[in-house]
Amino acid sequence: MLEEIYTELLAEHSQSAENRRALVNPTLKEHGHNPTCGDDITLELEISDGVIKDAAFTGGGCAISQASTDMMIELMRGKSVAEAKKLAELFIAMIKGEVTDNAELEQLDEAIALKNISNMPARVKCATLAWHTLDTALGKA
Amino acid sequence: MASRNFLKDFPIFHGKPPAYLDNSATTQKPEAVVRAICGYYGGCNANPHRGVYDWSVKATKIYENARASVQKFLNAKLPAEIIFTKNATESLNLVAQSYGAANLKAGDEILITISEHHSNLVPWQIVAKKTGATLNYIYLAQDGNLSDVEIHRKLTKRTKILAVTQISNVLGLINDVKTLAAKAHEVGAVIVVDGAQSVPHIPVDVQELDADFLAFSGHKMLGPMGIGVLYGKKNLLETMPPFLSGGDMIEYVEEQDTTFAELPNKFEAGTQNVGGAAGLSAAIDYLQKIGFDEIARVEKNLTELAIDALKKLPYVELYGCDSERDNKIGIVTFNIKGVHPHDVATILDAEGVAIRAGHHCAQPLTKYLGQTATCRASFYFYNTIEDVGRLVDAVAKVRKVMHLD
Repeated sequence: MLEEIYTELLAEHSQSAENRRALVNPTLKEHGHNPTCGDDITLELEISDGVIKDAAFTGGGCAISQASTDMMIELMRGKSVAEAKKLAELFIAMIKGEVTDNAELEQLDEAIALKNISNMPARVKCATLAWHTLDTALGKA
Repeated sequence: MASRNFLKDFPIFHGKPPAYLDNSATTQKPEAVVRAICGYYGGCNANPHRGVYDWSVKATKIYENARASVQKFLNAKLPAEIIFTKNATESLNLVAQSYGAANLKAGDEILITISEHHSNLVPWQIVAKKTGATLNYIYLAQDGNLSDVEIHRKLTKRTKILAVTQISNVLGLINDVKTLAAKAHEVGAVIVVDGAQSVPHIPVDVQELDADFLAFSGHKMLGPMGIGVLYGKKNLLETMPPFLSGGDMIEYVEEQDTTFAELPNKFEAGTQNVGGAAGLSAAIDYLQKIGFDEIARVEKNLTELAIDALKKLPYVELYGCDSERDNKIGIVTFNIKGVHPHDVATILDAEGVAIRAGHHCAQPLTKYLGQTATCRASFYFYNTIEDVGRLVDAVAKVRKVMHLD
């Protein structure tokens, strides 16, 4: 069970520094927070012509929240706002256990590795924080 | 000396239970408490204080006997000084909203400590905003105890209320409430004591402490959830306006005006938690049979074992564990370098060890310690040396699971 969650891939993403920065010209900035456990991120997006040109984040939290944010950013770079919204909804549905079909979930790329969090109710909020934050941000796009 | 095995008294510990180390959050219930609750609901459930029939009379008796039992337990002068509430949080809100709102004005100061649980912090923020009073904080000395310099500097003639926890729910350190009460009274302030972490673990005598108010929760001392207590000195409670209003707290109600019931009913609006009171009373009986000397002895032993073992792990950082050991109850708060507390708690859970991770409802303290979150293992007298072993073994595995070692 634990090995399926705390994988090498999750460790890499949670420690990766590449996307952990502030953007020079962000067009959207959204703060996301899990008050009960203290995961706290600020997501920055640079959107032009309806496409996410770049994304990055600052903040801190548990390995699951940080890895999930990192994976999300890599997935979203280059996607249209409409595509990004759909993917965020798909990820949240996966974590809620509403979508289980791997063929459909492959669109989530590496983030599919977090599928097993759906069996850990206490950590669902950690995994979905970034995606809810993105969804809120894109609502303002 | 070998400990008596208390686990058999607790239905939840039969079988193969986890090492339950989240006792500062809530405690498990012995058979005697479960039986008292079932006995009330299965034997004489009726609305107390109202009916003239047998069951209602019995319900009233159970409820008022529980009040007398709490009175003796705290050594309060009168049963009327014991107000039943939902929990310590409600008790503290009652004091803030009733006593605070009626007695504070702009320019007055409320003094609390940086170690307070949100339940002894947020109500004071709210009443400060409402009345124009200022909310000040006593900060800590290096070892995590309250700084004497801070107390001396901040407790002044302007202080009207000193609200302080007797034991921090994060650091487990015991504050000298008796001395603080004397100092508060010298400047004309009242002292409000949060006893949520102290009443379950150490003998608390409200007359000896000279506390004006003291709050605690039943569920942190083997009782059921949903029953708590506010102790208040009669002369203070008598002058205070009601907190909640409605049934059972009135004398006469006319179209435009109401006269309120005498203490303690003035502060107990609506149908009260008789089953909860019965459970709390049974919990007090159980604790007194064991005795606080034995409780302290077991908890001290477990705490020292845990601290000593965790200190040997170079990547574990402990908080509030450098103080005099006699001044601490069974709370061990720590972090593992490079691992977020929530990941630690998940990994420990997989190893059958239940701890708490987060800010423990004390965000200002967590921030003051320079952390965003911490792990907390908290013991009660029914924990065993094996539980400590399981904790330490599980902690030793964490960094490997996280691919750090």
